[in-house]
Amino acid sequence: MAIAPITQISGTAVPIPGADIDTDRIIPARFMKCVTFDGLGEFAFYDVRFDPVTGEKTDHPLNDERFKDASILVAGINFGCGSSREHAPQSLTKYGFTGIVAESFAEIFYGNSTTLGLPCVSAPKADIDALKAATAADATLEVKIDIEALTVTAGDLSFAVEMPAPARHALLSGKYDPIAELIGNKDKIEATAAGLAYIE
Amino acid sequence: MGKTLYQKVWDAHTVGTLSDGRTQLFIGTHLIHEVTSPQAFGMLRELGLPVKYPKRTFATIDHIVPTINQNQPADPLAAEMIEAIRKNCDDFDVTYFDLKSGKQGIVHVVGPEQGITQPGSTIACGDSHTATHGAFGAIAFGIGTTQVRDVLATQTMAMESLKVRRIEVNGKLRPGVYAKDVTLHIIRMLGAKGGIGYAYEYAGDTFDHFSMEERMTVCNMAIEGGARCGYVNPDETTFEFLKGRPYSPTGAEWDEAVTRWKSFASDSDAEFDDIITINAEDVEPSVTWGISPDHGITIGENIPDPATTPDPEERAVIEEALAYMKLPAGTPIKGIPIDVAFIGSCTNGRLSDFRETAKYLKGKKVAAGITAIAVPGSQITAIQCEQEGLDKIFEEAGFEWRAAGCSMCLAMNPDKLIGDQICASSSNRNFKGRQGSPIGRTILMSPVMVAAAAVEGKIADARETFENLGTSAVA
Ligand code: SF4
Repeated sequence: MAIAPITQISGTAVPIPGADIDTDRIIPARFMKCVTFDGLGEFAFYDVRFDPVTGEKTDHPLNDERFKDASILVAGINFGCGSSREHAPQSLTKYGFTGIVAESFAEIFYGNSTTLGLPCVSAPKADIDALKAATAADATLEVKIDIEALTVTAGDLSFAVEMPAPARHALLSGKYDPIAELIGNKDKIEATAAGLAYIE
Repeated sequence: MGKTLYQKVWDAHTVGTLSDGRTQLFIGTHLIHEVTSPQAFGMLRELGLPVKYPKRTFATIDHIVPTINQNQPADPLAAEMIEAIRKNCDDFDVTYFDLKSGKQGIVHVVGPEQGITQPGSTIACGDSHTATHGAFGAIAFGIGTTQVRDVLATQTMAMESLKVRRIEVNGKLRPGVYAKDVTLHIIRMLGAKGGIGYAYEYAGDTFDHFSMEERMTVCNMAIEGGARCGYVNPDETTFEFLKGRPYSPTGAEWDEAVTRWKSFASDSDAEFDDIITINAEDVEPSVTWGISPDHGITIGENIPDPATTPDPEERAVIEEALAYMKLPAGTPIKGIPIDVAFIGSCTNGRLSDFRETAKYLKGKKVAAGITAIAVPGSQITAIQCEQEGLDKIFEEAGFEWRAAGCSMCLAMNPDKLIGDQICASSSNRNFKGRQGSPIGRTILMSPVMVAAAAVEGKIADARETFENLGTSAVA
């Protein structure tokens, strides 16, 4: 179960407008009728990419040809709030995103994303706005998220980003999927269970 | 220095520290449903792993269950999901409250009803409203599907510890003000992001006097305030509720359990990272006007007006919300016409919700042109309501009385808004598209306020709609 460390991500980026992008927006609940995560990518941001009434493509940046190959998402505050559905980060990775830069993230979304190896870094609004402006102006701009140095660079732009220490460590050490380590502690798990009166 | 319930439960369930610094936490009780579990079982199969403690996982189906005829899946995908959970529970030896069991329902209604939800335990479920179970003095987390896999495979998961904020509400709620209003009040006050990084301890004499149902309503929406979990310290009300439930301890074990449960309550000298106090008399019947649960106002207030909002960011948020909601800025929320009234969900789909609402609906009629549905949270709740004749009261008033499920709380079963219909809803989320139509609109409120809106055909102050409301305060 060895997985490769993730130390940096780079690619072109797409700026997503709006604050409090909830998981219903990232993947509308009706697309969660599935027993595997395969195929969720095409439904990412579905209701903002397609006009709910006409079904026509909207002017959302994800429909903009220039951002077609973007692999980094730039967003506002409280990205991923709402439901705990892992379908949300799953749909983003399946869509082709490899990293997210935002003002802040909702907790469950953050944890789900890290476990999938989808790094999420946060920065103050001014930096995010600058990055959004830069990528909107030049869709070919290469954006680099350096998880080791905790920086984001894009052309002349460079700023510090934050990531909670455990997530950073997990990505850098290739242990972002904790299953192997969890299983490895079998004896300690059983000892803890033995100390709990309600566990038989 | 004393400890909080959160710390005590956390410490008792800590397996160790992982190499990334997170805690490996033992999860005593794992609840699963059809939407977020099939992929986790798929991962288990891929890894060739068994379920480590199959007796500690309990399953039901709720999100996709049709409420007109439960046994008729809406489409082949829904049928496939039902088949998947049946097979997974069968293959891995997990207790499953199937449709035929008479015990099926919304997972957050079923756990407490069965006595599975117990004080001093850790609970996880692939569903963000797992915080509901905190009402019993449990630490209950909503988790993602990969974590569902982790809990199935190891009965543990990796977690970062939280800070604890005590939210103290004191005093008596005024007539027509309910637990739902308390939770909407708190979310409005602290914001939808205010609780990030926190567990909420709800306390004060208002909570002491609350029933378990009322406590669940508040804890249910902890997540809408950004908190990862919320809880109320266990007390006699908790024990009274749990006594005699199918999975509650019995005989000598019961007494031992109560002693143990009591010991988990926060110590009187426990230290908190933050304390907030609220006066119960300040809480008014509340409704939402926008697309986030913290977009709340009291029934007497006006819809916010971006033109008079100086802060540009706040202004943009209001503009976006009102553009979606198509509501007139700066005018009273009272009187806004509705299309649909929905009473149900894991926030307000319990016996007490239907009992309380029926008191006022009796002899009233739903306004012409309004679709009104009442959906019990579980099959057991449905039967209890029916035994008391509540279903008849709802039906005579013009509500459809449905079978148990998540129904119109979200868009995974046939109960959906159509087009830009506007719904007075007792559920917990008013996100864009939440109720099934990408342009559907949701106004959150207490069940009694939903009933008032149904009767008047527009957002109403239940205290004016129902003459007898002034006389029967809850809590
Ligand atoms: S009733 Fe609504 S919030 Fe509760 S579990 Fe069902 S879908 Fe989720």
